[in-house]
Amino acid sequence: MHTAMQQIINGLSLGSIYALLALGYTMVYGIIKLINFAHGDVYMLGAFWGYFIINKYHVDFIVALLSAMIVTAFAGMLIEYLAYRPLRNSPRITALITAIGVSYFLENGMSYLFGANTRNFPQVVKQHNYTAFGINISNIQLLILVTAIILMVLLQLIIQKTKMGTAMRAVAVDQEAAALVGINPDHVISFTFGLGSALAGAAGVLIGLYYNSIDPLMGMTPGIKAFVAAVVGGIGSVPGAAIGGFLIGLLETGVQAIGLSAYKDAAVYVVLILILIVLPSGLLGKNVKEKV
Amino acid sequence: MTKKKLQANGLWLLVMIVGYLAINLLVYTGVVDSFIENMLVTIGINIILATGLNLIIGFSGQFSLGHAGFMAIGAYATGIILQTVPTVGGFVGSIVVGIIIAIIAAIIVGVPTLRLSGDYLAIATMGAAEIIRVVINNMKITNGAAGLFNIPQFATWPVVYVLVCVTTIVIVNFAHSRAGRAIQAIRDDEIAAEAVGVNPTKWKLAAFVLGAATAAIGGSLHASYIQTIAPSDFGIMNSIALLIIVVLGGVGSMTGTFLAAIVLGVLDTVLQSFGTLRMVIYAVALIVIMVFKPSGLLGRYEFSFAHVLNRHKKEDAA
Repeated sequence: MHTAMQQIINGLSLGSIYALLALGYTMVYGIIKLINFAHGDVYMLGAFWGYFIINKYHVDFIVALLSAMIVTAFAGMLIEYLAYRPLRNSPRITALITAIGVSYFLENGMSYLFGANTRNFPQVVKQHNYTAFGINISNIQLLILVTAIILMVLLQLIIQKTKMGTAMRAVAVDQEAAALVGINPDHVISFTFGLGSALAGAAGVLIGLYYNSIDPLMGMTPGIKAFVAAVVGGIGSVPGAAIGGFLIGLLETGVQAIGLSAYKDAAVYVVLILILIVLPSGLLGKNVKEKV
Repeated sequence: MTKKKLQANGLWLLVMIVGYLAINLLVYTGVVDSFIENMLVTIGINIILATGLNLIIGFSGQFSLGHAGFMAIGAYATGIILQTVPTVGGFVGSIVVGIIIAIIAAIIVGVPTLRLSGDYLAIATMGAAEIIRVVINNMKITNGAAGLFNIPQFATWPVVYVLVCVTTIVIVNFAHSRAGRAIQAIRDDEIAAEAVGVNPTKWKLAAFVLGAATAAIGGSLHASYIQTIAPSDFGIMNSIALLIIVVLGGVGSMTGTFLAAIVLGVLDTVLQSFGTLRMVIYAVALIVIMVFKPSGLLGRYEFSFAHVLNRHKKEDAA
């Protein structure tokens, strides 16, 4: 029982990172139907920004987190402007290849400029372990969980309550109709990339704090896992992405806990395929009927 | 009509033989050193892999991201069999075994997942390929994450050259047969195709299985040429590298796939000397080509001697 609770705690902290990343995937996919392969690398940029600013200016965690979110938001908007906007009306597979190109560019550009070696993330928050009912939980795990939940609530408020959020939902449903009622789709798409990238940047700083090591290729695997989480939750659905992220995190730690850690990636993909076969549009995805 | 077909086929045969002799001559005179030969073989293997993928993506319209998984099956079949039977017969047998296992795997993967469409199918096939890779990573016979070493080299460039010709002939003929028209009809409109009596599941699966079989051949050649294989050689990034060849050449154009495989192979060799900067330049080139030429280098253009001969005839008549 204790180990199970312990694994749930670990799974939730890992899952909240996946969830933050999955939100960016799902928002971008929902609005322009693009699998943004470069999203995992924006998360890497966030981690590197946190590393840089903490080492250079000795700022505290909150400043590092917020500045990383701002920097990655601009990075995301820049990527959208330079690489994806010219391809708005081309085949989707072309945009996908461009996204892969951007991903290669960020990974190898960072390797080229700053070296490909792994480095230690500065520990701005001193680690404490609390023990309650035999379960170990560190303040960093709590911090990750709380930060992730605050950000998700904020995101939900932005999407549901603000004018921009309404515009985002409108563009996601029908871009042309939204343009007809006076919404500029370019602004909205740019804002969506900014929002999603900011969440990825936050996830980058949090993972740096949690795992204590960062490198230019760190975004690849979590990026793909987070995309799987978004698909499992129902791509395009914001609560679905959050649920999918926690689910994948719990599944991974669970499989690891029963001694099958070599198969943890396979387990994630088996669940993905099973869910897609049973529920082709994910857990919370809208089932679009095929029209003749 | 038959005469013209014969003429066109004869010309293609001539191109193949001349190509073979030309490379042979260049190897003999030393213009093609081992470095360039390595590039040629890599291009050849990539052509085998990418034409199969183009059949799946370009002709049947099914977005598969799991090609490296089937390649891994072929590579490991060859690697394991050649370590016990290191003969030419063993090599040929291992290719056949690889193809058979890949076909079985493709049916197991394809039957449930080909009901999905678009990006969902891409993610499901990617997941399937990753499952294949993780299983190989944890098996005794495949030597786990360390992989297999010292696989005897039977895949010299003439072998690769001949197999490039054979797989291309099979795939192009499939694409131009009744089956090929059926899968293209499904790509363009699945419901309309179904209405005129084309069974979508059957033909989609046929294209997927044929693509997987050629991927296994490519994997076998890769294993026997490189002589070292590890599960990490067949990850998502390798599937994506093949996808890039297909899209860069033009989805649905076999000529484009040839061109893109050659362009990327040469680019890769030329950029070797740039070190870390190589992948940065590669990435920028990729983005620039996609932004300015979204349909790929050739779009859906297909070079064909039959068309050239036809045009000639018309001009003569006029």
